[in-house]
Amino acid sequence: MYDAPKLERNVDDRTIKFSARNVHVFYGETEAIKGVDVDILDNTVTAFIGPSGCGKSTFLRCLNRMNDTIDICRVTGDIRLDGHDIYDRSVDPVQLRAKVGMVFQKPNPFPKSIYDNVAYGPRIHGLARTRADLDAIVEQSLRRAALWDEAKDRLDQPGTGLSGGQQQRLCIARAVATSPEVLLMDEPCSALDPIATAQVEELIDELRQDYSVVIVTHSMQQAARVSQKTAFFHLGHLVEFGDTGQIFTNPHDERTESYITGRIG
Amino acid sequence: MTTAAFLCLFALAIIGYVWNRQAATAIRRDGARLHSLVGFHGAFSLLMVLVPVLVVILLWLVLQGHVIDSILKSGIAARLEGLGTGEVQLIIAEIKSIAGGTIFGTPEDWKLAAADRYLALNVRSGQLMLVVVTALALGLMLFSRRKVAADFRARHGVEHIISGLMIFCSVVAIFVTIGIVASLMFETGKFFAKVPVTEFLFGTNWEPQIPLREDQVAAEGAFGWLPVMLGTLVITVIALVVAVPVGLMSAIYLNEFAPRRFRAVAKPFLEILAGVPTVVYGFFAILVVAPAMRGFGQSIGLDVSPNIALAAGSVMGIMLIPFISSFADDALSAVPQSLRDGALGLGATRAEMMTSVLFPAAIPGIVGGILLAVSRAIGETMIVVMAAGLIAKMTINPLDSVTTVTVQIVTLLIGDTSFDNPKTLAAFALGMMLFLVTLIINVFALRIVRKYREAYD
Repeated sequence: MYDAPKLERNVDDRTIKFSARNVHVFYGETEAIKGVDVDILDNTVTAFIGPSGCGKSTFLRCLNRMNDTIDICRVTGDIRLDGHDIYDRSVDPVQLRAKVGMVFQKPNPFPKSIYDNVAYGPRIHGLARTRADLDAIVEQSLRRAALWDEAKDRLDQPGTGLSGGQQQRLCIARAVATSPEVLLMDEPCSALDPIATAQVEELIDELRQDYSVVIVTHSMQQAARVSQKTAFFHLGHLVEFGDTGQIFTNPHDERTESYITGRIG
Repeated sequence: MTTAAFLCLFALAIIGYVWNRQAATAIRRDGARLHSLVGFHGAFSLLMVLVPVLVVILLWLVLQGHVIDSILKSGIAARLEGLGTGEVQLIIAEIKSIAGGTIFGTPEDWKLAAADRYLALNVRSGQLMLVVVTALALGLMLFSRRKVAADFRARHGVEHIISGLMIFCSVVAIFVTIGIVASLMFETGKFFAKVPVTEFLFGTNWEPQIPLREDQVAAEGAFGWLPVMLGTLVITVIALVVAVPVGLMSAIYLNEFAPRRFRAVAKPFLEILAGVPTVVYGFFAILVVAPAMRGFGQSIGLDVSPNIALAAGSVMGIMLIPFISSFADDALSAVPQSLRDGALGLGATRAEMMTSVLFPAAIPGIVGGILLAVSRAIGETMIVVMAAGLIAKMTINPLDSVTTVTVQIVTLLIGDTSFDNPKTLAAFALGMMLFLVTLIINVFALRIVRKYREAYD
């Protein structure tokens, strides 16, 4: 059943994109992330797995400072993107998020046309000088998100009119359009049917050619199918991090083993 | 007697409830499975007794006056022969006041006799009503009691009665609206019989002074509504110029940018603003705002009238701020968090997220709120009665004094008026126009809200 595509598993020669050291996240008094160290490689799909409430989404949201929008949330520790501390005072979270794109659990196209959805990022960041440039970016992004053929004749129709899977690919196209370096995906397939899921998974593997992709998922099969590196989170701790093959076949920690064999979670 | 009838009805309804409930409980105790819960059997009896009999009592109370009057009149028909309706009414009123114990002078014997008869008829009517009510209630109670059985669908019966009551309640609003419109149209029709429609609609002169006596020195009376409507528009525009930007900005700030503590303070203050009676706004306009504006205007050499439209309009604008602000706040809050996250996740600033995502998504609610505020501004009376002027002028100068439709309606109906001269009837014509204008705006508002909602869902 889990015919994993023949992915390239050996990625250790890639450069380190994100490097997190001793990251703690607090929601008010509650400590949601308790000291996480992890290195995320370029041109690699890294999967975060773990039971609900283990902090994997919270940690993901630290990587583009989306947690800043939550009043009571506090992040400590050191997270570096290409060697620069992203929580440094001099860093503008808005510019960081342009570099670190995000796709959310539920497809959230804006109530605008398909074209305007994709063009949103390039417009606010001034990436296109002419209308032709913008058209090119939109087409390229939609092609990259494998949506061009379905959407090219209806670019002026509302993005909310697409099916769930198409909407999620539209959101991926929208994230891709700002030419990010890293793409964060927070359970991107949890609201999709199996066919749409397969399409998005295929897409994720293609996106790896150009980006570093981090995906949070509830589905271990999905993690096994799409990722090269897997991190297992449990109760706010990063229990185990390693090659996906190793995590799923030969976990070192017994909690990881319990989880992937279905005993906890 | 009426009180007794009501008490009797309620007592029987409650007895019916208990009786049916007990009967149903007994059936269940015997091992049968009831279709409906025992409470529904009780409620069925309660409603079966209460609703029809209440209707009967109300009809009785409404109709008994007419019936008694006509019996009274037929009793003294010989005396009323050849009198006009006014005189007949006068005599009937006199008889009633004699019956009530208020006697002026020495009334004729036949009037005293008629008064006695009137009292007796009233008592008879009361007794009859009590008997009818009791009999009807008892009958319905027995009917309901006989219905109780294991497979009797009491719940369906109760649901039918309740849904009938709900239909009635929703129809009340419709009929009241129709009634209001009909009465307005009736009086407006009488007005247009005296003043030509074209003069009213296109006249630019509003001087509703009509000589009450033949020899009185007064204006002929001119009923062109345009200057009055123009005044309303001037004040409304001023109010909106104040209220829309302030209301929207405050909603946006409170919704998206304000720290929690500021929001906790500012929100209740906005709600207090919404709770200030309009009379108090009127004081504020006439005692504080108008003199301040006048003083300032004069100090920079402007010609400012004492009843400055700007004062009334801007205070009305202040009144509308919480209205617009709360509508916009609701509309913005209703935009899902996922859209905010989506925009922020793409590297939008909060301002970009606001203008390009939240605002378009919230626009139907905001526009709807603004248009409802417009209808309120047009219909608002108290502030303008206190702070705006009385003389109708064709002007759009906000520093001048203008009058509004509502102000004119109030002044036309105050004081000694008779309802057959055009001065008084003009109030109804103005009211009709006001009703039409606000109706059109409301329809328009609903249209906009609906149209955009379809596009965004």
